[in-house]
Amino acid sequence: MTQVSMTVNGKAASGNVEGRTLLSSFLREELKLTGTHVGCDTSQCGACVVHVDGVAVKACTMLAAEADGAEVTTIEGMANADGSLSVIQQAFQDHHGLQCGFCTPGMVMSAAALLKENPRPSEAEVREYLEGNICRCTGYHNIVKAIMAASGQDVAALAAE
Amino acid sequence: MPKDSGIGASTKRREDIRFLTGEGNYTDDINIHGQAYVHFLRSDVAHGTLTSVDTTAAAGMPGVVRIFTGSDFEGVGGMPCGWQVTDRHGQPMQEPAHPILAQGKVRHVGEPIAAVVADTAEQARDAAEAIVVDIAELPAVVDMKAALEAGATRVHDDLDNNLCYDWGFVEENKDAVNKAFEDAAHVTSLELVNNRLVANPMEPRVAVGDYARGTDESTLYTTSQNPHVIRLLMGAFVLGIPEHKLRVVAPDVGGGFGTKIFHYQEEAFCTFAAKACNRPVKWTSSRTEAFMSDAHGRDHVTKIELALDADNNFTALRTETHANMGAYLSTFAPSVPTWLHGTLMAGNYKTPLIYVNVKAVFTNTVPVDAYRGAGRPEATFQLERVVDKAARELGVDPIALRRQNFITEFPYATPVAVEYDTGDYHATMDKLEAMGDFAGFAARRAESEKNGKLRGLGVNCYIEACGIAPSNLVGQLGARAGLYESATVRVNATGGLVVMTGSHSHGQGHETAFPQVIAEMIGIDESMVEIVHGDTANTPMGMGTYGSRSLAVGGSAMVRATEKIINKARKIAAHLLEASEGDIELKDGAFSVAGTDKSVAWGDVTLAAYVPHNYPLEDIEPGLEETAFYDPANFTYPSGAYACEVEVDPDTGKVTIERFCAADDFGNIVNPMIVTGQVHGGLAQGIGQALLENCSYDENGQLLSASYMDYAMPRADDLPMFQVDHEDGTPCTHNPLGVKGCGEAGAIGSPPSVVNAVVDALQSAGKDVTHIDMPLSPDRVWAAMNP
Repeated sequence: MTQVSMTVNGKAASGNVEGRTLLSSFLREELKLTGTHVGCDTSQCGACVVHVDGVAVKACTMLAAEADGAEVTTIEGMANADGSLSVIQQAFQDHHGLQCGFCTPGMVMSAAALLKENPRPSEAEVREYLEGNICRCTGYHNIVKAIMAASGQDVAALAAE
Repeated sequence: MPKDSGIGASTKRREDIRFLTGEGNYTDDINIHGQAYVHFLRSDVAHGTLTSVDTTAAAGMPGVVRIFTGSDFEGVGGMPCGWQVTDRHGQPMQEPAHPILAQGKVRHVGEPIAAVVADTAEQARDAAEAIVVDIAELPAVVDMKAALEAGATRVHDDLDNNLCYDWGFVEENKDAVNKAFEDAAHVTSLELVNNRLVANPMEPRVAVGDYARGTDESTLYTTSQNPHVIRLLMGAFVLGIPEHKLRVVAPDVGGGFGTKIFHYQEEAFCTFAAKACNRPVKWTSSRTEAFMSDAHGRDHVTKIELALDADNNFTALRTETHANMGAYLSTFAPSVPTWLHGTLMAGNYKTPLIYVNVKAVFTNTVPVDAYRGAGRPEATFQLERVVDKAARELGVDPIALRRQNFITEFPYATPVAVEYDTGDYHATMDKLEAMGDFAGFAARRAESEKNGKLRGLGVNCYIEACGIAPSNLVGQLGARAGLYESATVRVNATGGLVVMTGSHSHGQGHETAFPQVIAEMIGIDESMVEIVHGDTANTPMGMGTYGSRSLAVGGSAMVRATEKIINKARKIAAHLLEASEGDIELKDGAFSVAGTDKSVAWGDVTLAAYVPHNYPLEDIEPGLEETAFYDPANFTYPSGAYACEVEVDPDTGKVTIERFCAADDFGNIVNPMIVTGQVHGGLAQGIGQALLENCSYDENGQLLSASYMDYAMPRADDLPMFQVDHEDGTPCTHNPLGVKGCGEAGAIGSPPSVVNAVVDALQSAGKDVTHIDMPLSPDRVWAAMNP
């Protein structure tokens, strides 16, 4: 077992892990941060996306030990300080960008990473960026719309409904 | 003007707050103190005799609590099948035993052989690797037609052959149908495959069993669309636990799409093992396990023939379908290719004579059962493909041919035993033609051609039977369950309401939409209504959510219970207002005496019900809580018309969806935003089936598509923005809300228009291509273009 320490959502966190323990397992089982979801075992679905030192990472693809000393942000750390929804989260609700909610944490984390590097993405850029996030419920239409709306763009004309 | 609350308002979903902040409570988020973990050792061969399962070494591994094999379940019931189909000759289907853990033989890749319970999930997995299994491999039965040949290897030694049933519908029509084909001016025939799919809700299945020795009570937390159904099946038929000693909880569930209807071995195992080990036992499926243990969908091979007279009227329809059951009968598998498929073969058309033959076949593959649409997508696909092919053969416009044959008078009794209550197929097609700008298609095609691409336009219609279903009818058809729904409405003293519903939300937004209905009925704010679902301990016996039934059946139960509440509240109000009950009106959350300014607020009436000081105790009981069970009089019949425009790259065969329009008639609509989202999701799954998804086995029964690297899920860049319109539908005539259901429509209606569009594109380039089997992957399209 190895001792790991990291900062998660601004708070110090530590625990003992096996060498094979994934960051996703550490977050869910050790830290009880169950907002990070695991939807596959081949790093395809993206339900487990978190930010490690500001970069979007699939938490099922990283060992907990590799995150030793890192700053980790999960979906639990995405709301505003007063607990209200952040701009991206609010846009997902406003535009019905989620249904069952299982892929949602990963979608929000990916959306935040996208908007950080590309503050006004086109529809095609959003779709391309979401290559690593699978949603089975929404058909992506409203997710794309929510992310573009969160970037401050007018989405009314995106498609007739 | 769109409403901002109540029925018809696009109220934002209240459940989103917890899902967007990581505070959802999914089954895998549940951990019980002292829980152990189970890992299932699964067969890696499709068919074989289990000669030995040696657990000696594994039992001594660190953390191992106990290892179970098939012999531990010899006295336990097998997995039950909930629907018995009667064949053409009046005989019951062949129904094999379905063990919790393999006994004597394995019959598909992924069948559980042994289960290791250990202190940690890793220890359970490590120990499972140390189990030595010896299997004498047998030839695998994979191809359905080969499975029915004389002398074929049998999947089940104790059955006569691999034929589950040979179903004819309507058998009495067969001779008349054959005669109509002899008299036809034109016959169009088509052989096609409805590809095997895997539902793939993003949340893999999870089960946590718990047992309280002190009270002899078992609890199962599970990823289910219908916890009461699981409690009944598992309690009564598998483990022999009476319902008052068994609680089933399905908390937040991350998508279902049908595959979480069924009762699975892992649920029974965790419940059984929790008692046997006297510890909570948890199982979390990996995605790879999901591919080889979740019930699959579709997998039909069909020959369809359409007869037309000299005026292009449809005169008869004849089909022969082979439907894959897999190795065992999943919970509702027999109903899918029969009563959910044959009854829909009339589609939107007044074809007078129809005969459907279905041969359900056992193979050494994962069991196949209902997946979004369940039988109705298979019916729609073959019908709308053969109609399109007929139009092309006859040189007539595919839309005109459809319009000519539309049913226009309702109610309409089809020759396949169902009665459509309402619809307006011309109106829906009118909307589609306007939305799709068909007039501008030629210009768009010319533009595509300039870019070296072939453009095609495909349309189709669909009809579905939803709101499943009248219990007495499905009972006659072989269902071993009723299909009513329930609701208990509890009004609190200060006026707020809690609705305990037997419906289950796993993405559909019931927590938001159901309160809209009650708020409208009483005239109160939606926030005064809370929805409770998913726990057999605090909801009335209900049948759950599938078949687009929640609002049509569960919502109707809620309306009936709320009507009882209002009737009782009216009596209380009459007493408080010293007026006659017949003069009391309920509006905007207050009871008033007609024609006067005397009124009493909703909250004062509810308070009186619980503080009955000034109360008609001689006439009515205190309290305000009512339950209703609603059993529908008929199915509901949503319908629609869809259009797809594709571009095909002639160099690579790659198809891209350039435009997709969906005009649907869902009857009345409670929350348009949610309905639109349901359509979007259904379209993505239908387009996924048409272009991307394929569950594939090799000839040895090895599953070739067991991860997202091999099974092509639709991603954001595979899909366009959708244009949808479901305003001004024709209300259902037989439920109190006039609703029809919208959950499955997109998946039912979209595959044929995609294929029709690709055929249109290829024919526009002079290619002699009349059909390509789904998925229309680049290699298949390119091969069709370059024979």
